[in-house]
Amino acid sequence: MVMPAARYIKKDGLMPWLERVAESRLVLAPRRQGKRTVFLPLDPAAGIDLNGLAASSPKQAVLPRSETLLEYTYTKTDEVPSRTGLDVREVIPDRPTLVFGSRPCDAKGFTVFDRVYDAGKKRDVYYCARRENTLVATVACTEPAPTCFCHRVGGGPGETDGSDLLLTELTEGYVVESVTERGEAFLLEQDLPEAGPLVDEARKTREAVRAAMPEGEPLTDAPEHVGALFDDMAFWDEVTAKCLSCGACTYICPTCYCFNITDESKGGKGVRVRTWDNCMSFQFTLEGSGHNPRPTKGHRMRNRVGHKFSYYPKLHDGNLSCVGCGRCIVHCPVSMDIRSIVSKAIACTETAEEQADD
Amino acid sequence: MASRLEELKDEVRKALPELDMVIAWAAGPDSLSHTPLFITEAADVDRIEWDPRCSQSLAGYLPGLRGKKIGILAKGCDARSIVELLQEKLIDRENVTIFGMHCEGTVDPDKIRSATSCGEGVHSVEIAGGGVKISTGGDACADGETCMVGMEDALMGKCFRCTGADAEPCDHFVGEHGEPPAVSSVPPSTLDMLEAMGFGDRLHFWEEQMDQCIRCYACRSACPLCVCQDQCAAQSREPHWIDQTDNPREKLMFQAMHALHTAGRCTECGECERACPMDLPIMTLKQALNRRIKELFDYEAGKDPEQTPPLFQFREEEEHIKERKW
Repeated sequence: MVMPAARYIKKDGLMPWLERVAESRLVLAPRRQGKRTVFLPLDPAAGIDLNGLAASSPKQAVLPRSETLLEYTYTKTDEVPSRTGLDVREVIPDRPTLVFGSRPCDAKGFTVFDRVYDAGKKRDVYYCARRENTLVATVACTEPAPTCFCHRVGGGPGETDGSDLLLTELTEGYVVESVTERGEAFLLEQDLPEAGPLVDEARKTREAVRAAMPEGEPLTDAPEHVGALFDDMAFWDEVTAKCLSCGACTYICPTCYCFNITDESKGGKGVRVRTWDNCMSFQFTLEGSGHNPRPTKGHRMRNRVGHKFSYYPKLHDGNLSCVGCGRCIVHCPVSMDIRSIVSKAIACTETAEEQADD
Repeated sequence: MASRLEELKDEVRKALPELDMVIAWAAGPDSLSHTPLFITEAADVDRIEWDPRCSQSLAGYLPGLRGKKIGILAKGCDARSIVELLQEKLIDRENVTIFGMHCEGTVDPDKIRSATSCGEGVHSVEIAGGGVKISTGGDACADGETCMVGMEDALMGKCFRCTGADAEPCDHFVGEHGEPPAVSSVPPSTLDMLEAMGFGDRLHFWEEQMDQCIRCYACRSACPLCVCQDQCAAQSREPHWIDQTDNPREKLMFQAMHALHTAGRCTECGECERACPMDLPIMTLKQALNRRIKELFDYEAGKDPEQTPPLFQFREEEEHIKERKW
């Protein structure tokens, strides 16, 4: 077995290295803005912030908030004035990108999208174009927050799922290890020294961080429990009582991928855009007739939790579509906690089973 | 403090049999902020918390529960939202029972997090001795495992301009009344800064801010006075006021709608800014309109349940609007 490539970057060499990378590709990295850290194109003057978890996830690299799918123009010719033509231009993204400073949960989020948007015959050309052009350089977590629960949903603070490169922070620098072939090819092109024995130190650091995380009940067997509660609206109404029905949780989520497509015309031309949509919104499943199959916030929360912990895993080999980053807990205006909803679902279906056995 | 909280719980416990529900705060999932608690059973009364982490206003839940007998815990600012809802006849006074205690100011979880310079890694928080005592999981705090953040360094922005710390009106007030938190200096106001700018610079400021907006509408959903909610014109396709592109001007258009819709109604409770996951200074737009309302109508929202908000009435002659001299 060939050892994957490993290089070392001193802390003061990190920004100069990223600047060199930014000469040939867009570098998206976490930047402090006011009280928040968000993923933005690299700006050396503004610096990068690798403290904790950014408020937004890096999913915008492959699923932008709003992306132009095509541009169109209505045309008239002098020959047949009564006829209106239509020019349509497909806009396929082609910019090489490096996502730098994602966390292992963020990177795992990309694998959640891949199963949906890059699934054999069903390939989303826009997503796939971006994904193929995007390298993901993840920084392993050294200080998981109390709201982190990656280890309860099949991940971990030093896991590599979805990453091309994994960086591990040591006292004076970062060990960069390749995870995928394309990550390896990219790393070998970089003018960086070999990490040598520091690779061992990096591995030990990651293991120590994982070992220090408080164990919690695994949520990986949630699918059957959450699924069993589908018709129990009293359950969903109760756990959703304080929800404001805003879209903060879904838009900062590294795995929410639902979208809307609209044509935005101005005069004789316009764009077809695909934008983030969210199942917390009343309009999400509002039908043309005026009927809404999810009329209350309880119905909508059932979808959010159900999708992540029941419908998605049933379609995709048991993989949950929650990566445990905890952003929805930290940034919820009313401090909703998806962990407690899922735990409650597991507990109350278990109780129901016990009663049925009696 | 602890005994006052017990007294408050006793008041709630006594009133609960006559009420359908009491809306209160309980410990939240991350120790930095409390979370709403809907109490229908006496056992849950023990979970009530009242300290500077009760930053959220609970008033916004009231219109949706109209027709039920609701008890609600309220700080001074929350009560001003309740007053505005009463003025607009969106809730009924006889169905709302207000519980209050003196508010010492509320704390901003982000300020506490940044004060520790350890990102999200705050493991526990204790409010004591005029400040916030923080314990972190790591070694990022200056002197090891715990550090102290002074109350003034942790205070929510709105608390620096508090106009009354205690709920008024209040049906069950526990303990002594008090003044808003004493602060040594008030941070510069974003509104003053913007009003000193020219139009072009102001627009540029807002375009930069709106560029970060993720359009989650948390500002709207958290606003106690945003009563259209599911029917918001921002999400209407017909008429098509706002398009779905990422253009900052489209997003600013929504903020303008929100501000205009709450003109003369907004009590500056700060929920829009508190809820914003991107930390955008969007209450400033409402403050700008409130400043005009104050000049034109000498009116401040949320003060008197008997008053009619100025934009809810028509007078042939307005004292400060001299149409005939235009």
